[in-house]
Parts: sequence; structure tokens; C-alpha cells
Amino acid sequence: MIKFLFERDTWQEVWDSLTKNKLRSMLTMVGVWWGILLLIGLLGSAKGLENSFNRLFGSFATNSVFVWGQSTSKPFKGFQEGKQVRLTLSDAKLVEENVEGIEFVVPRNQNQSLVVRDFLSGTYSINGDFPLLDKVQKKKMMYGRFINQNDIDEKKKVAVISEDIYKQLFEKDEEMIGQYIKINGMNFTVIGMFENGNVNMGPTSDIHIPFTTFQQIYNQGNQIGWMMLTGKPEYDITQIEADAKLILRNLNNIHPEDTRAFGSFNLGKEFKKVTGFLVGMQFLTWFVGIATLIAGVFAIGNILLITVKERTKEIGVRRALGATPFEIKRQIVVEAVFITLLAGFFGIITGGWILIGIDSAFGQGDEAVLVNASVSIAVVFIALIILIVLGTLIGLIPAFKATSIKPIDALREE
Amino acid sequence: MLNIKKLHKSYPIGDSSLHVLKGIDLSVENGEMVAIMGSSGSGKSTLLNIIGMLDEADEGEYILDGVPIKNLTEKKAAIYRNKFLGFIFQSFNLINYKNALDNVALPLYYQGIKRQERQEKALFHLEKVGLKAWAHHLPNELSGGQKQRVAIARALAANPKLLLADEPTGALDTKTSYEIMDFIQHLNDEGKTILIVTHEEDIAHMCKRIVRLKDGVIMEDEKVEQVRASQYV
Repeated sequence: MIKFLFERDTWQEVWDSLTKNKLRSMLTMVGVWWGILLLIGLLGSAKGLENSFNRLFGSFATNSVFVWGQSTSKPFKGFQEGKQVRLTLSDAKLVEENVEGIEFVVPRNQNQSLVVRDFLSGTYSINGDFPLLDKVQKKKMMYGRFINQNDIDEKKKVAVISEDIYKQLFEKDEEMIGQYIKINGMNFTVIGMFENGNVNMGPTSDIHIPFTTFQQIYNQGNQIGWMMLTGKPEYDITQIEADAKLILRNLNNIHPEDTRAFGSFNLGKEFKKVTGFLVGMQFLTWFVGIATLIAGVFAIGNILLITVKERTKEIGVRRALGATPFEIKRQIVVEAVFITLLAGFFGIITGGWILIGIDSAFGQGDEAVLVNASVSIAVVFIALIILIVLGTLIGLIPAFKATSIKPIDALREE
Repeated sequence: MLNIKKLHKSYPIGDSSLHVLKGIDLSVENGEMVAIMGSSGSGKSTLLNIIGMLDEADEGEYILDGVPIKNLTEKKAAIYRNKFLGFIFQSFNLINYKNALDNVALPLYYQGIKRQERQEKALFHLEKVGLKAWAHHLPNELSGGQKQRVAIARALAANPKLLLADEPTGALDTKTSYEIMDFIQHLNDEGKTILIVTHEEDIAHMCKRIVRLKDGVIMEDEKVEQVRASQYV
């Protein structure tokens, strides 16, 4: 059987029957060609979208949750309902120490303040932060540096500003490092500028100052605005959120069933929705692609059935000359697989061209919608294997049709 | 060579069945040239098809070259056809997208002979029928007589024990018919056993023996003085 595939005659026969009606052979291949083209084009685009999502979220610890205090909705241990809950640094520390699977706990503070520089001013959100923030929410520094431990220890009056703030408070191309800006009436030295990200998760981030400085100038004591918890990759962030809230309830004397005392935003869960959407889209792509392929392969089977019908007499002659039914079937199946593969091959090539086109149209620059739209070799192989399997299966139909007629009846056919 | 005893065959037509062959006894020796005659519906083609293993008898015995032909699978039938038999058809039945040489080589292909050897053998047989120069022409570039000669070369290619011809001259004019018959007579002179189905008296008399069928039975089976076709050519 294998030897048969390497014989010149086999392919001569395939070639003869394909070139006998060139237009029909080409039209036959359109279905499979289109199916593969769709599969490659869509899968490549889906991959491009996934890549661009990954790039957007790349600087962000996605396995994270934000937790902040609100007001209680149930009386507990002598406290009235409606008690304001404020988290503190010690809460953050205890959460970090007691919740399983926590990677980082980042306490944060935020306030709106008037920021003045010479004659320019505006009200922006001022964040009091630890250097750790840079670990979970990577800041792309364009100039200077982010807050460091030394700033925290010495409660330095330094500020890291975003590109947007720079544009609003500084002249174009003006040097900003070492310049002063007035926050809440106090002078802060600008030590760095970061790029505004494509996606801002959580509160807007305009200006970051050291946490300890923030505590001092806004009189916060140990209170914090909210904390950001990130889980280790192998832990479920929803569980971490629940565990953390349980501890926080205990620490703050809150009724165990009080769901309103803490607000939270589970980024991990939201992110899962997005990735779930991507997975769904890939599934849809495979589904559409393979369904189209099957339709295309059926078209091939259909045409081969017609061809076999037209060649009934020829097949009869061949059988009178000593062709066994197996030899006839084998030839037709090889023809089916060959047409399918040939069409698939063209489909893969044109699909590749389309991806190149998509990449040059939508895949350039930082804001690209589709990043590196492409399919892996594995996908191409899977597609080819699917083609071979489908081609063989569909080829069996005309093959059995061809040998179901007795040679004597086939010969009588006019 | 060929031994047939009490052969019966009927075809279903709707609810009833048509009894086509009603007990045929026929034996053919090596080197014979037999014409099977009869009007249409007499069963002569059915008989030839059974002899050619294209069809199977309902009842009776058929022994070809010492091999009982019975309960054949399609595969076995194909192998026997390839080994024992050469077919010549009324409508030539050449494969129209293959040239003369490839047509002749086709039975050899199914014997599993290598391409090179196949081409050589096919060319040898084409030369024998005088069409070496036309080896690379397609059938539609050949005349009727030439087509039938290609078909004869094809039937001979596998070196069969028995040549079966179903109205070999049916689609040809008289002059070409005699040329073809002259050719077939030469093959018989060389020792080939040949069975010809025909309804033309002159063609039948160019054989050595005439078997007349009527309504599914053999009416007459006689040896005749062979008329040489060459005298008309």
C-alpha cells in the first residue's frame, strides 16, 4: 500500500483525471481552500488578539484583587450598623501573614489634591505608595525612577508623575527631573515620569508619592485607602479574596455575614472573563473553520461521485482488464485525498498571505489591535491531518459507489 | 480448454424472471475459433459474459483451463480475467484520455509489471497490429479499424489463454471488418483460442466452428470450412 503511493503510475492516473476537466477540478477545490483559509485567517487573528491582550495586561499582576472598607450593614458586638470601616497597615500585614497563597499585599492611599506648578495647576489624584507597587503594576518609566525604600524611610517629598500630568504641568520638551511641583501647598521634587498604560486597572494613577509622606501630609495615621492583594499563580484568587475578607471581618469586629462592609474588585475574575472570551473565540474559530472544511470536503466528495458516474464505463473496462475492486477504490481515495490536500495547501499559503496582510495593516506599532497574528506549525499540522482524514473518509463514498456496479453493467453503460 | 455443462442463467424482471440460458453444454478445445451466433435475445452475449467472468451462472459447471469457475469473489474474478482472458468489445472501449500505448499497457499495469517492461511489451503488441507509429496518439485521433486493432493489442498484451470478442466488427464497415477478421484469423493460426459473438453470417463463416443459439439453448453446433478473410482484403 505504501509502495503504491510512490509509484509514478498512481500519480499519473491522479494527474490524468484532474487535468481532464481543469475548471471542474479547480472549482472542486474552492470549498476546502476557503475552509482552510478561514481557519488559518481566523485562528491567526484570534492569536493576534490574544497577544495584544497579553501585551496590555503584561505589566499587570492579573491574579489580583482590590479590597477597601465601606460601612457595615449589620450590628455586631455592640457596634451599630453603618459603622465606617477603615483598613489599616496592620490589617494589611495580618492578611499577608495569614492568607494562604498570597504573593504580595500592597497597601495604598489616595487623595484628590490641587497641584500647582508656576502658573499651571489642576486637581489630580495623589497616591501614597510603596515601592512594591512597581512589582504588581509595572510602571514604564520614561525618565527617572519610581519611589524606593529610602524615600519611604526618610519620608521624602518626592513625586513620580504620569506622562499626562507632565503634559498638563510642563511645557513641551521641558526637563522635569529635579523640578518642583506644589502638592497640597508643599513642594515636591519630581523624580520620575512613567508612561500612561493602555489599560488602567483600578483607580487612576496620576501622581505617586511615598506612602509615609502621604501619611504625614494628609494625617492618615495607619489608615489605608485600600489594599491590593496578588495571589501566587497556582492559587485561586477568588478563594484568596474570601479568606482575606474573613480575616478582615474578625480584625474589625464585623458580622461574619456582613457582605457590605468591604468593597472589592476582583481583577483575576474579570481577567478570566476576558481570557474566557478569547478561548471561546478560538473554539468558535475551530468550529467555523472545521465546519467549512467539512462542507468543502463534501463538495469534493460530491464532484468525485459525479466523476465516478461519468467514468462508470471506463471503470468497467478496467475491471474487465483485471483491476480488482480494491485497486479501483484505492485510486479514487488517493484522488480525493490529493485534491483535498492540494486545496488545503493553497489555503494554508493564501491564509498565510492574509495574516501577513493583517499584520502590516493592524499589527504595527504599540497600539496595535492584533499583535503578531500567526498560527503555529502545530495548528497547520492538525489542519493537514484533519484534511487527510476527511479526504479519506469522503473518498470512500465514491470509491464504494464505483465498485458497487457490476463490471457487466458498467460496460453496458453508454 | 473450456468446458461448460448444463449452464442456466435467468434475470429478474420485475416480479417474474427471464430465463436466458436454459442448459448450455459447450466445450472448446485449444486452438479453436468459435463463432457464437443467434438473434438478439438468444442469450449469446450472456453466455460470453459468463465465460468472461463478468457475470455468474445460476446453475451448471464451468471449467476454464482446468480451473472450476465458481463462487468467485470480485477480486478473484479480476485476477482470473487478467490472467486467462482478453476482451475485444464492439465499441472498442479504449480509455479516451490515454494514448494507444498506455491503453495497451493497462492490463499489464494490473498485473503489477514495472513501467519500463510494460511499455516495451505494449509497444511490441502495437507493432504486431501494425500501429507502432501511432503509439502516442489518443484514441480519438485513430480510425475505427485502428481503434479495434489497439483494442486487440490490448487484449493480447496480457498473453491470455482465451480471446473473447463481442461483435468485434459490429461498429466497422465491411472492408475494415474483413481486415480485423484477417487479423484475428492470424492470431488463431498462431494458436490462440478465440470465441466470437456475432450475428453476421459472413463473419461467422470466417471461424472454424459455428454454435447457433436460440431461446437459450444450442440449436446447432457445426464445424465449418473456414473462409479466409485475406481474399476479400
